[in-house]
Amino acid sequence: MGYALNFNLIWRHFDKLWGGLLLSLELAIISIAIGIVIGLVLAVWYVSAGRVVRTIIAAYVEFIRNVPLILLVYLVFYGLPTVVDLAYSAPTSFILTLSVYSGAYLVEVFRSGLEAVPRGQLDAGKAIGLTPWQRLVHVRLPTMLRITLPALSNTFISLFKDTSIASVISVPELTYGAQWINFNTFRIVEVYLVTTAMYLLTGYALLFGLRLVERRFRAAR
Amino acid sequence: MLTQIAYALPFLAQGFALTLWVSLLVVVLSLIAGVLLGVGLVYGPAPLRWAVRIFSDTIRGIPILVLMFFVYYGLPAIGLHLPSFWAAVLALTLFKTAQVIEYLRGAVGSIPKGQSEASMAIGLTFRQRLAYVIFPQAFRRFLPPWINGVTDAVKGSALVSLLGITDLMQAINQVIGRTYEAMPLYILGALIYFAVNYALSLASRRLERRFSFIRE
Repeated sequence: MGYALNFNLIWRHFDKLWGGLLLSLELAIISIAIGIVIGLVLAVWYVSAGRVVRTIIAAYVEFIRNVPLILLVYLVFYGLPTVVDLAYSAPTSFILTLSVYSGAYLVEVFRSGLEAVPRGQLDAGKAIGLTPWQRLVHVRLPTMLRITLPALSNTFISLFKDTSIASVISVPELTYGAQWINFNTFRIVEVYLVTTAMYLLTGYALLFGLRLVERRFRAAR
Repeated sequence: MLTQIAYALPFLAQGFALTLWVSLLVVVLSLIAGVLLGVGLVYGPAPLRWAVRIFSDTIRGIPILVLMFFVYYGLPAIGLHLPSFWAAVLALTLFKTAQVIEYLRGAVGSIPKGQSEASMAIGLTFRQRLAYVIFPQAFRRFLPPWINGVTDAVKGSALVSLLGITDLMQAINQVIGRTYEAMPLYILGALIYFAVNYALSLASRRLERRFSFIRE
């Protein structure tokens, strides 16, 4: 191979990776939180709405899901400010993009969950005199959450990995940190080995945490 | 504005052709590699199974972008010089292969054990068992998610623009660099990607419906 591994320079600049990882998590958490709100509202609206609203929501979901994230990131960061009078930083721009992006994926997850709630539960809720709002909050949403949790975990982890795209608009998250070290020290193999390990460990830690949540919810059944 | 975009259209079409070419290569190569490794994962000896499991879980656990930079910058460092086009295709293929492995594992795993046992009982060899019993049945479970996954390959191919390859994404950025018409061009690009991928997901949904009536 003729390549001697030397991790010293990576450890010297490790703050770039560590700070990057924290920023990646921050971007993911904020965007997913906004995405959950978008997803929940639109999914609940979708299952009770008429044709026109359904078509509009479906158009949003299909459009976002079928376009590369990198193009959406460019569109919001470089394109949008040319037509609307808004100024925002690169991280804000990315959070905006990933929120709208995750919203589209989460609408799908929540919608299929809502549709899987057994009809009998809703009828039972009606029978004991719950108002439509109470039926939604106390019957539909908890059951839906339990059904969707496994799919939800996968979506969250995939969205966490998607934060790497923020590096293309110079948001200093983990992938950007890796590239910085790559270009400044040329310890190429080492930096990507460490970065890979960091993404894997974080991803599996997230997965483990979400599995614990799933188990708790299942026990409550 | 419109004249500028019309002027750029042939250039964008070239980029689009490259996007399709990259996607096609990735889809075909990953199908071959993924089916072979997937069979290894399901039927192989323990060391092979572990190796494929580690490969698949590692690849699927990191962002494609990181994988792409790793391959692109990392291979020359260990003395392997690939043109950037092939480095990009290799990285995307590795990623897609991991997905195909999982589709295949899921599809083959859904076939009842009795089918395998019955074909062993009538004396079929391993190859015959796969070719005449398992694969024909697993095929309809494999096809819909796989076609749906082709959209990931088309979307993923937009990342090759970061290695300086003039695919549709890069062509759009270059035209914007010259015309400063950012918004119309990004929207045009989004519509092109949408058209291709939406057609693929419609096909996948139709196939799924077509195959769903034969469920046990």
